[in-house]
Formats: sequence, C-alpha cells, structure tokens
Amino acid sequence: MRVGIPRTLSYFTFYPLWKPFFETLGAEVIVSPESNKELLDDGVRNTVTDACVPIKLFHGHVAALIDKVDILFMPRLVSLDGKSTLCPKFLGLPDMVKYSIAGLPEIIENRLDLKKGKMELYRFLYGIGRRFTANRLKIMHAIYRAKYNFANYRKLLFKGLTPVEAFACLEGGQEPSVQLIDGALKLAVVGYPYNLYDNFISIGLLTKLRRYGVQVVTPEMVPDKEMKRLSKKLRKNLFWYYSNQVVWAAIYYLEDKNLDGIIHLTAFGCGPDSMTNKIIELECKAKKVPFITVSIDEHTGEAGVETRVEAFVDLIKRKKGMV
Amino acid sequence: MKITFPYMGTSHLVISFFLKELGHEIVYPPVPSQKTLSLGVKYAPEFACLPFKILLGTYLEALELGADTILTSGGCGPCRAGYYGEIHRRILHDLGYPVKMIILEPPLVSPRDFLHQLAELVRPKGWLNFAKQFRIAWAKLKVLDELESTLHKLRPLALSKQEITKVYEEGLELIDQARSVKEVKAALEEALSRLHNVPIDPYCQPLKVGLIGEIYVVLEPFANHDVEKLLGEMGVYVHRSIFLMNWTRDNAFGYGEKDVRAAAVPYLNQLVGGHGQNSIGEVVRYAEQGFDGVIHLAPFTCIPEIVSKSIMPAVSRDKGIPVLTLFLDEQTGQAGIQTRLEAFLDLLRQKRMKQEAS
Repeated sequence: MRVGIPRTLSYFTFYPLWKPFFETLGAEVIVSPESNKELLDDGVRNTVTDACVPIKLFHGHVAALIDKVDILFMPRLVSLDGKSTLCPKFLGLPDMVKYSIAGLPEIIENRLDLKKGKMELYRFLYGIGRRFTANRLKIMHAIYRAKYNFANYRKLLFKGLTPVEAFACLEGGQEPSVQLIDGALKLAVVGYPYNLYDNFISIGLLTKLRRYGVQVVTPEMVPDKEMKRLSKKLRKNLFWYYSNQVVWAAIYYLEDKNLDGIIHLTAFGCGPDSMTNKIIELECKAKKVPFITVSIDEHTGEAGVETRVEAFVDLIKRKKGMV
Repeated sequence: MKITFPYMGTSHLVISFFLKELGHEIVYPPVPSQKTLSLGVKYAPEFACLPFKILLGTYLEALELGADTILTSGGCGPCRAGYYGEIHRRILHDLGYPVKMIILEPPLVSPRDFLHQLAELVRPKGWLNFAKQFRIAWAKLKVLDELESTLHKLRPLALSKQEITKVYEEGLELIDQARSVKEVKAALEEALSRLHNVPIDPYCQPLKVGLIGEIYVVLEPFANHDVEKLLGEMGVYVHRSIFLMNWTRDNAFGYGEKDVRAAAVPYLNQLVGGHGQNSIGEVVRYAEQGFDGVIHLAPFTCIPEIVSKSIMPAVSRDKGIPVLTLFLDEQTGQAGIQTRLEAFLDLLRQKRMKQEAS
C-alpha cells in the first residue's frame, strides 16, 4: 500500500515519526514533490481566497498526490502538548480539503488530541496501524521504531541543524556534519516550520542569510527544557502550539546577549501571527533588539524579500560598526 | 476607579446598568464611528480582525475621556479573541496609558481567575448587592433579546420603517430606565405593545433570511454596516442566530449550543473556535426550517470562519439553501454590501417564484 504524505505543514515537525512507522507496517511512503509554482497555483485554485498561503500550498500538495497513492495521510492534529491546540485551520484541515478537492483517495484523518491524556499518542498510532495490519506486535514494533527515530531527529535539531538537513542526515545514515557558520552576526529567524524550512515559500530566506555570513538560529533549535521554563513566563500563553513555540523561542533568544536581531517570517493574513508578531515586536522593543517582519504570500517576489532582508542585515552591521 | 467597556450590540445597556449599581463610575465611550476605527487601525496589528481594531479604537477614545480601567472578556481559544485583552493591554501600556484591564475569563474554565477579577468589581458594595443586581441585569438581557427579535419580525411588514425603528429605540430607553425585575417586565410589555401598534401590511410574505457568523460582527451594527436594518428596510425578515442571552448563558456556564453543533457534525466534526462550527450547523438548521437563504458574516482573516467558508459550498449544495459570505474589514464600504445584498435577494426572490410556480 502506498501512503501519501504532503510535504508541508506538520511534515517538518513529524516526518521522521511517520516515515518509519508506515514503513515498518509494510507500506510505501510517498511524499509530494518539493513546493513549486505549479503546486501553489493548483492550491490557490482549490482553496477559498481568504485562507493563508500555507493552507493553499497544502491543498496543492494534496492534489499532487491524488493519482500516486492509495491512501492519504492527513491527520487532524488538535493538541500536541496537552495544553494548547493548533491553529483552527489545522483542526478543520481534513474537512477543508475534503470539500475543496474532488477525487481524493481514502484518507487517514485520525484525531491526535493529547489533551485527553498521555496514552493518546499510542492510541492514535495504534488506530492507524490497525488499518494496515491486525498483528498487534507489528504495530507496537512500528511505534517503537517511529519514536526511536523521532528522538534521534530531535537530537539533531538541538545540534543546530534545520529539519531538512536533519532529514538528510537520518536518511543517509551519516554522522551529522554540523557546519555552523560562526558568522559575525547572529540572527534568530522565528516563524512556523512550514514557512521557515520550505525553501520555495520562504524564498530561500535561511540560505540567503547564511550566504550573508549570518549565524541563523530558529525555534526548532531551542532545547525542550528551556521551552518548558519559558512557558511559565508569559502572563497568559497563546492558544496555539506553533505560536507558543515561536514566542517562547523569541524570548529565549532575546536572553542571549550575542543576538543581533530577530526576523519574524509570517504568512499574509495569518490569524495567530497577528498576536504573535505584536508580542515579539514589543519584547524586542523593550530589549532594544532590531526586529523585522517578513510577510509572504502567493505573490511574493524574490527581489522584494531580498531587498528588505539585505537592508536589515546592513543596518545591523552599520550599528555594530562593521561597515 | 473610572471604568469603561466596549460596545457590542445592545449589551452596553446591561453592562452599564450593572456596573453603575455595583458602585462604579462609568466612562461611556463614544459609539463606534469611522474615527474609532481609524484610531484602532493605526495601532493594531495589520492582520488582527475588525473587532480587535474597533475595540482598540474604543479604548483609546475612552481613555482620552478619563477612563482608567477597562472591563472586557477573555477566553480559552482557539479563536484569538480570547487573547485580545492581553494584546490590548500590551499595546495600551506601550502607548503610555497606565490602564488597568479587568479581563473576565470563562468561569468554568478558570474559576479562580474569574472570581478574583469579579471580586474586584463587586468590592465597593458587596456580594449581597451583586446578587440582587445580577437578577435585574439578567432580566434585562432576556427582555432586550425578546424586543429585538420582535423588531426583526415586524420590521419587514411595517409600513413606515423609520417609525418602527424609532419606536424600538424608545423601547430600549424604557428598558434602560427600569430599576427592578418588575419594572423590567413592565417596560418590556409597554415596548412590545408600542411595537405592535405600528401599522403593518398583514399580507406581506417577506423573504426569510438567516444571519450567521462571528458574534461581534453579527451583533455590532457598526461592524456590519447595520445589515439587519438594511435587510429589514428592504422588506426581508432576518432571523439572527446569535442573541446576547443564549450566548452569555452558553459561554458563561459551559460549552453549550450542543444541538447546533450536532447539526454540523456530518460536515465538520471538530470545534474550530469562535463560531466556525456553529455557522455550519446554523445553515443546516435554517435549511430544515425552510428559510430562503443565509447571510454569513465574518471579519477578514477570521480563522474559524475561513474553515467554515471552505465547507459552506458543500453544505449549501446538499441542503439547497443559498449562502452569501461577507468578509468585513476596515476597507468595506456600505455601498458594496448593499449591492451584493440586493443581488443576493434578487436571486432568492427568483428561486421562490420558481418554487411557487412548480
């Protein structure tokens, strides 16, 4: 059986968990191609105009998988930490896609809601496993391998790799070759993983910054322990998992004296980000750290982003007396 | 403590009464206007929704009038409106207003915090007074809804739309002046009988349209360009899905509205925050009740309503009920809304004529 996984949204957080899981169950995992213009155009055609660009892109990825897979993996992710939920668009995602795209294959849309208890992840994976095999041992084995691989993946992230680099390491089986640019500047780039690490939609923001000789840090690289500490710092936490990660990461990096600035990457019309962005902006203002918002949508051009980011980096260099 | 609060529909009549009787000095913010909105837009995040901007503008205007405390509601997500109080506070403090915010969280979700904030409001005159005034405020909430739904029924039939609006406003005045549960009831009777005395055309068979969507833009006339009045004056019976009373009851004392949500389950079996799931359920119900069409209102970038909007075409097709979705923001003009409403109503009339012919 061929299982299709769209290469966006939760892909960047959970791919190392899903992949060994399905493979141990004896399924073939097919990932949609890397984001490109055609995928996006296809997504835009299939989505309501008011949705944000990551959601439109997701529709494009799903459409690209239709004829290639027997079953589509599109779980309803409700809560990943037992406290916050995901953005409402994640909650309604399977329904949005079902009523927008015709001719879909069978869909795995099991609900993952860790608010219901710690065993919920096992119940979720077990429920999916039952669709592939009746052998309980095989499912347990798949869960074990998935979790093992996922733990390794997280370790790679904390070493400073981006998810895409970490995937390559895991697949290649080689030791991570962390080549941290010990650049003259250290910038935190915060935003949701599906915007940050999708080279097409972020217009290669991370690569560009590294090319300028900037050391880039992202929310995925903040250790769990620190996240936990910071989760008690705000008077009232946000309601959305990814937004909380972004805010906590921004506060974490603001504690670092060597940090030179923060770039917030956000999608046009992103609901949660209207709150997230303001919090980060005010925190940066209080600490007198340079801050810029880069917003992207389906019309974003490379030149526009490049100009702004370059100007931002130049300003910081000038401030530090480097130019 | 000079306290102020945001407007939402007729809720200010109840809130101001309640606060006054609890012994607070009230600063009435000006009724939301273009100026309010411009002020809000200036200091709000670009993609915050329309309610956020109107509220921020209202607060800024009230602070200029000397308010030092703001009363507002909280929430527990996933709709971002539950976080607005926090961001408003941050923005206002950043602008240099040392304002105090009293944010009432849903009592069953965070009972300690709720009681803590409530105690602050109750302090001047004590809990006994609170219990007494609460009964009266509750009664007012109830009768306001009743008066409004009667207005919705009668407005399309009334021969003079100006007159019925005027009579309704007099009714609001009467209720506002009532000072006991008995007086509230008497005021309602008086207001209702006055409304019923307005001459109507008994043979008129108005189009029946349901009004659904995000609560603030549905309830606040400034946010929706007074769409209820607009429709009523075009001779359409508008049934609003949300009233203050049932909303307060359901959200203050648990996760209510179960039957509406049950109707949504075949299409959207997941709470998506705000009124996203309700919107789907309401359309199903309006279709079953034989309404001619549904108007779906939401602020621009409203996440739950974007989810419901993408499912809406399927519901509308299955149930055979036309739905017009209007996303509202600071750029929305009344002429644009009116044009679209007129076109939508023309379609509904044709549909009805076809049905009657066959």
